[in-house]
Amino acid sequence: MAEKPKLHYTRGRGKMESIRWLLAAAGVEFEEEFIEKKEDLEKLRNDGSLLFQQVPMVEIDGMKMVQTRAILCYIAGKYNLYGKDLKERAWIDMYVEGTTDLMGMIMALPFQAADVKEKNIALITERATTRYFPVYEKALKDHGQDYLVGNKLSWADIHLLEAILMTEELKSDILSAFPLLQAFKGRMSNVPTIKKFLQPGSQRKPPLDEKSIANVRKIFSF
Amino acid sequence: MSEKPRLTYINGRGRMESIRWLLAAAGVEFEEIFLQTREQLLKLGQDGSLMFHQLPLVEIDGMKLVQCRAILSYIAGKYNLYGKDLKERALIDMYVEGISDLMQLILMFPFSPPEAKEKNIATISEKATERYFPVFEKVLKQHGQDFLVGNRFSWADVQLMEAILAVEEKVPSVLSGFPQLQAFKTKMSNMPTIKKFLQPGSPRKPPPDENYVATVMKIFKLD
Repeated sequence: MAEKPKLHYTRGRGKMESIRWLLAAAGVEFEEEFIEKKEDLEKLRNDGSLLFQQVPMVEIDGMKMVQTRAILCYIAGKYNLYGKDLKERAWIDMYVEGTTDLMGMIMALPFQAADVKEKNIALITERATTRYFPVYEKALKDHGQDYLVGNKLSWADIHLLEAILMTEELKSDILSAFPLLQAFKGRMSNVPTIKKFLQPGSQRKPPLDEKSIANVRKIFSF
Repeated sequence: MSEKPRLTYINGRGRMESIRWLLAAAGVEFEEIFLQTREQLLKLGQDGSLMFHQLPLVEIDGMKLVQCRAILSYIAGKYNLYGKDLKERALIDMYVEGISDLMQLILMFPFSPPEAKEKNIATISEKATERYFPVFEKVLKQHGQDFLVGNRFSWADVQLMEAILAVEEKVPSVLSGFPQLQAFKTKMSNMPTIKKFLQPGSPRKPPPDENYVATVMKIFKLD
């Protein structure tokens, strides 16, 4: 009997959220064990469960996988969300690296001082609308298909939806110049597994609040 | 006739070096274009060659690939350096991602202010000897094989070899507590394609110097 994957992380989004998205979109049920205090992280380290002493860690198929990208690649490959050949995989990888860079900037915001944060929000908005979103808008325009790569749902689509929603939380009209991305967002939100994940009560995590930010700093000592 | 891959970057290691290592280790000849001005970079961005207006850029098999990890994954997959199945690929990915975190410290080092350099070398040394190298020492000891994954040469071995040499340039005695890694380093150095890459005159780039830092600052306009 196949066990459900088990995710080890804090109760927030962080680097684990993309993994939650991908599993959910693939229709895979998973369990979560939350690191609530520093001692929980120390225990995982002392047990030898964390290859490089870091989380995320996902127990899946008899492995204790670490490193966000390695975990995502494995899930994408296993659930056929990684294209049909090497070239499609390359396109998916490129697209995902772009959305990773964009979401990485947003993820760092809660931990920045107010003036730095304000400057970065402006930078993120500029990058989203001039560097990142135009790429995906053009991709959809050029082939006229519903999905970014190979006319089939892939990791790249799921990651892009996550990035769009996260950027919209910063600036709600961020997609105003991108009609195809608006349509993409609508379509993707209606994919049954994704629709379910977007509903209250799912394992999707909310943005961090002040108390959680302080706790994360304590757990990871920064 | 298939064309050689063409690499576009500056004339230095930076984020292109791992790609040079992997192509060389795979025995693949490649061409290089070295940018010298910011205008050249902007022009590449304007003519649509750079998906996210960033380098590295590798033209291979009719594609203009950007983003290091995407490029490296493609090369690894194409030249059979990515394991035999999903699980071996997972191991290779984990190892490569870990090593990449260590290499990030090395990548950023030339850009740190002079007063921070000593502390940064200490951090590199600490992370290498306490977090990363012990993992690979243990892996090699446990299975007793020559290569990290699947008893077969892979991307993970190339990346580890690059990292060992890069750290040794900063911390010459870093392998003193790691006999397995010392043996690994020797074996890797003697593999024909790697041996060739380690010889003078190969596409391998020298350690970053002030000139490299100045070029990067000028072309990429880093703050």
